[in-house]
Amino acid sequence: MIGNTLRWELNAFTGFIERQKNLYRRYWAWEAVWLLYNLVSVLSIGYLASGLSTIGLESGQASLQQAQLYLLVGALLWTYLSMVFFEIAFAITWERWEGTIEYTFMAPIRRITHLLGMCAASLIYGIARAALIGLALVFLFKLDLSHANYWAALAIFAAATLPLLGLGIFTSILPLLSPEKGEQMAFAVQGVLLLISGVYYPITVLPGPLHLAGILSPLTYTLDGVRQSLLHGLSLTGALPDVAILLVMGVILVPASVWCFGRAEVRAKRLGLLKRSG
Amino acid sequence: MAIRVSELNTPAVEIDDISKRFGQPGRVRRLMPWRTVKPPKLALDQVCLHVDTGRITGILGANGSGKSTLIRILATLLTPDAGTASVFGYDIVTQAAEVRRHINRVSVEASFFKEMSPWENMLYAARLYGGGGEGTRARVEAMLKRLGLPLDTLDKPMKQLSRGQQQKVAIARSFLTSPSLLLMDEPTTGLDPRSKREVQDLVRSIRRDRAATVLLCTHDLQEAEVLCDRVVVIDHGRVLAEGTPAELIRIHAGLDGGSLEDAFMRLTGKRLEEDEEEKEE
Repeated sequence: MIGNTLRWELNAFTGFIERQKNLYRRYWAWEAVWLLYNLVSVLSIGYLASGLSTIGLESGQASLQQAQLYLLVGALLWTYLSMVFFEIAFAITWERWEGTIEYTFMAPIRRITHLLGMCAASLIYGIARAALIGLALVFLFKLDLSHANYWAALAIFAAATLPLLGLGIFTSILPLLSPEKGEQMAFAVQGVLLLISGVYYPITVLPGPLHLAGILSPLTYTLDGVRQSLLHGLSLTGALPDVAILLVMGVILVPASVWCFGRAEVRAKRLGLLKRSG
Repeated sequence: MAIRVSELNTPAVEIDDISKRFGQPGRVRRLMPWRTVKPPKLALDQVCLHVDTGRITGILGANGSGKSTLIRILATLLTPDAGTASVFGYDIVTQAAEVRRHINRVSVEASFFKEMSPWENMLYAARLYGGGGEGTRARVEAMLKRLGLPLDTLDKPMKQLSRGQQQKVAIARSFLTSPSLLLMDEPTTGLDPRSKREVQDLVRSIRRDRAATVLLCTHDLQEAEVLCDRVVVIDHGRVLAEGTPAELIRIHAGLDGGSLEDAFMRLTGKRLEEDEEEKEE
């Protein structure tokens, strides 16, 4: 019985990944445009760092390269995180727009299967895109990664997946609750995360309340840990505190976000919001 | 999902005093007094309904009469404000997961991922209902052939298909999951006469071949007359009458040789076309 249920849910989970793969393939031209946009955004940050010397901010060649690497790692990770975040948060909006929202929500599957299926597809796609941009960066900039500890970076990156899913699911509640304004609110949440999580600067420069918010953001630990691993060769043991914090945050955020999504679904059903728009 | 033997003796649908109202002006006005709000709309008013297993039951009503609200409640997409409803004995609120295993729905608008092909959309649907393995493609092809859809449409983007073709794919998608209860919300609206006929033949064959129950919302009186074993007339969220088409004509049409349209006019005091501009919730 449990085996059958699990098989059923796994089949549906595969269905969400398969669906997203087909959608990415069918919208390949637009996906290429988005990839180019992401690449341009990251490159502009890289060249900003390259240009620091010409505006008199350089104190030494080594520190310039460090600053450039610092910013590029931030930009690349933010591209990945924001893309995954966007894909998860906008899945509901997309289904509402396509008109398939009713079919997905009346399917005989657990909501967590639905949400994790969407998340898994977004993660795979996000990693693939970030890898392509990362390759371009290696070719275009003389990055000094001689001290990098890739295993530590990978461990932090993997641990960050859980809280990232939680945040994404939390944000996907907004379009569920408000068909008209939920999408814009999701953008606002993304902007706040960019501000408080130390994407382009250490969070110590932030004023008190924002600094505190930064400490509570899982993205802060992801960015800091990956930077420490790639720039200063943080060991795997040294990465464990960040990994632990991220895992704890994930263990709290994922169930909490799925529970909140369930409550939001109940409300949406009461108010008649589970329907297509347009 | 195939119907269990024990469920054959259970009514397919049992609705008891269901009411649904949309809009909460009091709450919105309290929170945001500057906002203009529409008055609340009573979509369903103490509706009671009993649908036998293996029958085609038509819900006949004009736009805005509450048909779609009723279908969406049974599809577990809406919760009623009051009353209870069950599908094969499973409560639509507390046992929604069980209900979902038994139902599927075809709505007036064929809802698909428009860039994806019919095959990709159907594979996605099959996966959600425990299918999608070997043999799915062959089943899909057989189904589309039966619906008169050329097989070369199977891998084209949905947006390149005509409205009639899209609706046929929607119907095929619902059959793919072998539902015990099929909720059809105006499935033939906008189809050409030939397509309409093909869809109607198919609805008949579902009941004949699969012992499935069909709840068919329509405002096509002729369709209701030829297709339905029983018809429920609904207006302003209330059930006005129910019976076989012949019974409704005999009791409510009033004249010898009267039609279902005459019965509908007598019951509602208007023609179906009169309030076309009213929108469903």
